[in-house]
Amino acid sequence: MRLSAIAWGFVAPALLVIGMFFLLPVATAAVLSLTDFDIYALADLRNLRFVGFENYARVLQTPLFWQALGNTFYFVVVGVPLSIMVSLGSALLLHSRLARFKPLFRTALFAPVVTTLVAVAVVWRYLFQTRYGMVNYALGQIGVHPIDWLGDPRTAMPTIILLAVWKNFGYNMVIFLANLQAIPEEVYEAARIDGASTFQQFVHVTLPMLAPTLLLVGIITTAGYFQLFAEPYVMTQGGPLRSTVSVLYFMYEEGFKWWNFGTASTVAMLLFVLIFAVTWGFTRVTKNEAGA
Amino acid sequence: MGREGEVIEQLLPEFERRNPDIHVQIQQLPWTAAHEKLLTAFAGDALPDLCQLGNTWVPEFAALDALTDLDSLVARSSVVRAEDYFPGIWETNFVDGRMKGIPWYVDTRVLFFRSDLLSKAGFQTPPRSWDEWQRALAAVKKEVGPARYAILLPLNEFEPLLALGLQQEEPLLRDDGRWGGFSSPGFRRALDFYTQMFRNGWAPSLTDAGISNVWTEFAQGYFSFYISGPWNIEEFKRRLPAERQHDWMTAPLPGPHGPGASTAGGSSLVIFRSSRHVPAAWRLIEYLSEPVVQVRFHELSGNLPPRRTAWQYKRLAGDVYARAFLDQLERVRPAPAVPEWERIANEMQLTAELVVHGKMNIEEATRELDRRVDAILAKRRWMLARRKPS
Repeated sequence: MRLSAIAWGFVAPALLVIGMFFLLPVATAAVLSLTDFDIYALADLRNLRFVGFENYARVLQTPLFWQALGNTFYFVVVGVPLSIMVSLGSALLLHSRLARFKPLFRTALFAPVVTTLVAVAVVWRYLFQTRYGMVNYALGQIGVHPIDWLGDPRTAMPTIILLAVWKNFGYNMVIFLANLQAIPEEVYEAARIDGASTFQQFVHVTLPMLAPTLLLVGIITTAGYFQLFAEPYVMTQGGPLRSTVSVLYFMYEEGFKWWNFGTASTVAMLLFVLIFAVTWGFTRVTKNEAGA
Repeated sequence: MGREGEVIEQLLPEFERRNPDIHVQIQQLPWTAAHEKLLTAFAGDALPDLCQLGNTWVPEFAALDALTDLDSLVARSSVVRAEDYFPGIWETNFVDGRMKGIPWYVDTRVLFFRSDLLSKAGFQTPPRSWDEWQRALAAVKKEVGPARYAILLPLNEFEPLLALGLQQEEPLLRDDGRWGGFSSPGFRRALDFYTQMFRNGWAPSLTDAGISNVWTEFAQGYFSFYISGPWNIEEFKRRLPAERQHDWMTAPLPGPHGPGASTAGGSSLVIFRSSRHVPAAWRLIEYLSEPVVQVRFHELSGNLPPRRTAWQYKRLAGDVYARAFLDQLERVRPAPAVPEWERIANEMQLTAELVVHGKMNIEEATRELDRRVDAILAKRRWMLARRKPS
């Protein structure tokens, strides 16, 4: 009894901080999402109406919300696997015994992660400029007509995905690299003695050994990619034709641009449910596989 | 805010010399953060006495009941005289019939154009009506060929379309700002005229992110017409190469039948309700509204004064590029004074983008726009309905 009291004493500061800065804001947002808090309510609280689940009904009927959701899924479904494949690929290359100047490459490939996004965005906007950009210049050399990368609704999201993958793959690469180095050499030796080809070694040794890391990286990356915001904010402002509006960007506009905190909180709650469901699905699938 | 926040420091010593009992403290804000900062300051009860406010923000802060009524102060003032101000600008400061701010400087949109390319295409004078404008656009486009354009209308800027919309007889919002009025024949005409410039290949469908540098592109003749504001006079003088300096001019915006209206933008000076120094703040407003001080302010910042008297001073009267603005300022119309306006203008531009990309026709687009605007104004309707009984 005394012991548990002491234990509570130890965790109390942490709990207090979490409660103040995490639970309380979340609870407030949940309450806000049931009201129509806006600029009028800021002026006079009597202008605040409790609307129950009306916000939810309205947001779910807003075409832009569904478009934002579609854009976000597009970004996640294409971006996450691509990002993980690039991370894993570069980790394998760096891990290879044939690779030279490993520290140099490791640093160079990790550099985008620690570069400020705004600076990156400026350079990328130049690269993808329709008439003067390097990308179109290079494509022009092989006879491809100029593409309006960020101005065409069909190519804007792929460009954003490219940016996000390039910007983020280094982080996961380092995690993969650390895990690759932890796989004991004997396992590969045994595989080789059994006559496994390099590809077979990868599929039957490397991948299973990396499975827990893959799951972790998958969850973190998915949760992160669902929160797509900064890339379209600095590159396209959601355009063209709202093709790069993500759920979070939609929320930002409702909340901080138009001061509809009721609606914005509703979107936040919906996004929370979404990420929670997807992450839970992830763990379920892998648990089933582990059990089978 | 912005550049104004810097240059006002040079105007204040004279004010403090004349009013030794008043000491002015300035706080500078960048424009991009000003709106949020002021709203946060309102929530935290930390607003200044006197403040510069973009005149589209005036209705919003009036809705917050954060602004002092200035009617009686103006009535007693010998400096601030309503008849000397451009009427369209003066009007932007009224919310529900009460004066909430005093115009400090004005901002409207006019045509900037390449006079050499226009005359090459066969036009010695700038267009005055929509018909003339379309003929000029077609001729210039023919002159410059497929790789270049006649006009630049960045798809993320709502001001050009807003100006065309304000030229129409029908108001953009109906019934005291309760409902959208974009399905009116007038706005449909404006939207049709606007989108035609893209359909006919006169304007490239670009956002301003797609244009690397407006001034170099203008100098190279990538486009010949550009709708922009007063700050660009100085920018064009400074940034266009010397050999191009005689090839550009400004002109008032053409209207459906002869010279048309344009937007009434700019900044106003307001006194917040929380202020405990109203008389002192008002003295500063009067000082900054003196024509001599306004001309000095123009010299320092390039901003255009809202008073006709100030325009008679040599520096402004002698500027050939400013003349179009003086002419235009007699024909400016305010945007609807509702707090939701910024968002409505944004929706208007998004809808125009849909039409430009061929996703909707004019009729569908304006009906859809009205539907969205009506939804945005729902709370306002509720507020107005509630106010009535009392």
